[in-house]
Amino acid sequence: MPSLGADMEAGTLVEWLKKPGERVARGDIIAVVETQKGAIEIEVFEPGTIETFLAEPGQKLAVGTVMAFIRGEGERAAAPVVAPILPAPAPGSSGAPARAKPAPIVQPVPAAGAVRASPAARRRATELGIDLAKLSGSGPAGAITLADVEASAKAGRAGPREAMRQVIGAAMARSKREIPHYYLGDTIDLEPALEWLEAENLKRSVPERMLYSVLLLKAVALALNGYPEFNGFWIDDGFRPSARVHLGVAVSLRQGGLIAPAIHDADRLALPELMASLRDLVRRARSGGLRSSELSDPTITVTSLGEQGTESLFPVIYPPQVAIVGFGTVAARPWVVAGAVVARRLVSSSLAADHRVSDGHRGARFLSAVGRLLQEPQTL
Amino acid sequence: MSTTTYREAVRTALRDVLEREPRAFLMGEDVGRYGGCYACSKGLLDEFGPARVRDTPLSEAAFVGAGIGAALGGMLPIVEIMTVNFSLLALDQIVNNAATIRHMSGGQFSIPLVIRMATGAGRQVAAQHSHSLEGWYAHVPGIRVVAPATLADARGMLWTALADPDPVVIFEHAMLYSLEGELPENAGAVDIDRAAVRRPGRDVTVIAYSASLYKALEAAGRLAADEIEAEVIDLRSLRPLDDATIMASVRKTRRAVVVDEGWRSGSLAAELSARIMEQAFYDLDAPVGRVCTEEVPIPYPKHLEDAALPQPEKIVAAVKALFGAHG
Repeated sequence: MPSLGADMEAGTLVEWLKKPGERVARGDIIAVVETQKGAIEIEVFEPGTIETFLAEPGQKLAVGTVMAFIRGEGERAAAPVVAPILPAPAPGSSGAPARAKPAPIVQPVPAAGAVRASPAARRRATELGIDLAKLSGSGPAGAITLADVEASAKAGRAGPREAMRQVIGAAMARSKREIPHYYLGDTIDLEPALEWLEAENLKRSVPERMLYSVLLLKAVALALNGYPEFNGFWIDDGFRPSARVHLGVAVSLRQGGLIAPAIHDADRLALPELMASLRDLVRRARSGGLRSSELSDPTITVTSLGEQGTESLFPVIYPPQVAIVGFGTVAARPWVVAGAVVARRLVSSSLAADHRVSDGHRGARFLSAVGRLLQEPQTL
Repeated sequence: MSTTTYREAVRTALRDVLEREPRAFLMGEDVGRYGGCYACSKGLLDEFGPARVRDTPLSEAAFVGAGIGAALGGMLPIVEIMTVNFSLLALDQIVNNAATIRHMSGGQFSIPLVIRMATGAGRQVAAQHSHSLEGWYAHVPGIRVVAPATLADARGMLWTALADPDPVVIFEHAMLYSLEGELPENAGAVDIDRAAVRRPGRDVTVIAYSASLYKALEAAGRLAADEIEAEVIDLRSLRPLDDATIMASVRKTRRAVVVDEGWRSGSLAAELSARIMEQAFYDLDAPVGRVCTEEVPIPYPKHLEDAALPQPEKIVAAVKALFGAHG
């Protein structure tokens, strides 16, 4: 069970999309897993042949649980790892009693549909019609107790919405607890970029037209090439920069909550490709069909509250990332150009970054680089 | 009310029985001239004479067998075995005769015998003198087993036990004899059927008996400081077990820890946790916890003996393990 975010503890296997014996390649979708963030497709990372499935649909599995064995190319079938204590009886000898099989190397997975819940909690949940899989437990080893069920009944029907609220709460609490944030703000003249975009869009059919957010995303992705200290993860008391730019895009969900899946290699995508990726990502985020890697590997996040009309924002870093860039609303305002006050369309940009990795000096230069790139939209 | 000791309460009970019931008599090793190994019968020989307070030879099988015979003959014998450790020599008489005769005679003969014995560890008298084998006796149908933990029970259980037509084994924990407490002047017979709630609580049921009761109460006091309110149950009767009282408490608290000075494997604690599982499974919020004696012959050195026995801190830890994040 892969971790699809620093806050994920378990996921429920919804279905297997492959069969034992089938060959799989890196990137193939092998399974669908339900998490507190919605249904996620699980990719294969090592090519090979599926030997056995160790989990059944409906099972809730802790992160790290082995779900299947995939035999790599050229590997032989797994042999028992535990050596027998006594030598095997000589062929034909009848005296030795049948020995128990060696212990399996993998802990037996819990019974199908297993949710860790106390008997009292189970009975009460049945009475109240509450789905235990959607609750988190406060009992021993995270077991759901009667009190947890009653609390959830009291709070109204526990649904995925509350679960997502818990996930966001846990991640943001951790962020504010552990990450020494610093914040910088800037104002960007978006007039050149918007004029260029409007002209560009006139050449395109309606479905192919691009939104200005694509320009903002591309500018951030490109600027990161010169500022690697904002792109990567803080793991085990150290910064691990990422060679690739996977841009997390904060998508608010209609039922409430938000999710920030990644556009992979955003710095290398041409604007139309980036637009297609963004459209696809938003659609899948809202309908539930995100892939595991999209959720687990954004190297930086971009958030925009422009549509909501907010002037500027001070975003919170999503751990283990080390930076987040925010954009406010685009609005025409007085601006000084060549000594004269003129109306220009402006946007505020902001950066929250991890002080363990970078300082405000570098942050300011990074943020300026984003603004500068937007002055020359044709280079994006 | 007067302040007295557990030992005095046992002696008062013996004197009361000998005074009121002419068929009753006391016998055992050193119960007469020496006044009892734990001084429970001090002065009784002078008061009641050698026919009613009888010193016996050092042969547990013989004097327990004599007690069974006397009971068959219409007497109400109180047999004192010095400690449970030596009762193993009389196990054949207790299990094969005392427990079976009423059933094998089709109800024609009952054995209204009481066997008292000291039990338990904690006095640095090493493995052979420190057994807690109450659970072995509680295994046997045909006898009743009681464990008075309080002065009132030490004073009151003897009469009821003697009045019972079946053999009753009374376990007196050796660490309790010097326990001081209040006892009403008019204290008398008490039931030997029911468990007692010694401390009410809402969060966890701690089930104990005999001297372990006081460790459980101390643990409950410490847990209260952490806002865990433990309900402490004193079993009193080890056979039969008072399922109704136990289950009512567990259904309320949804968690239970059993404290047992016996060894864990095949123990009374095992029996209790199985019964809770059978009767209150769907009321549980956590697996039943057990605090038993470590599975070693009781060590002689003080620190090792302490480490081997149930202690308040072990009970606190076992209770806390039943709570998760909110614990």
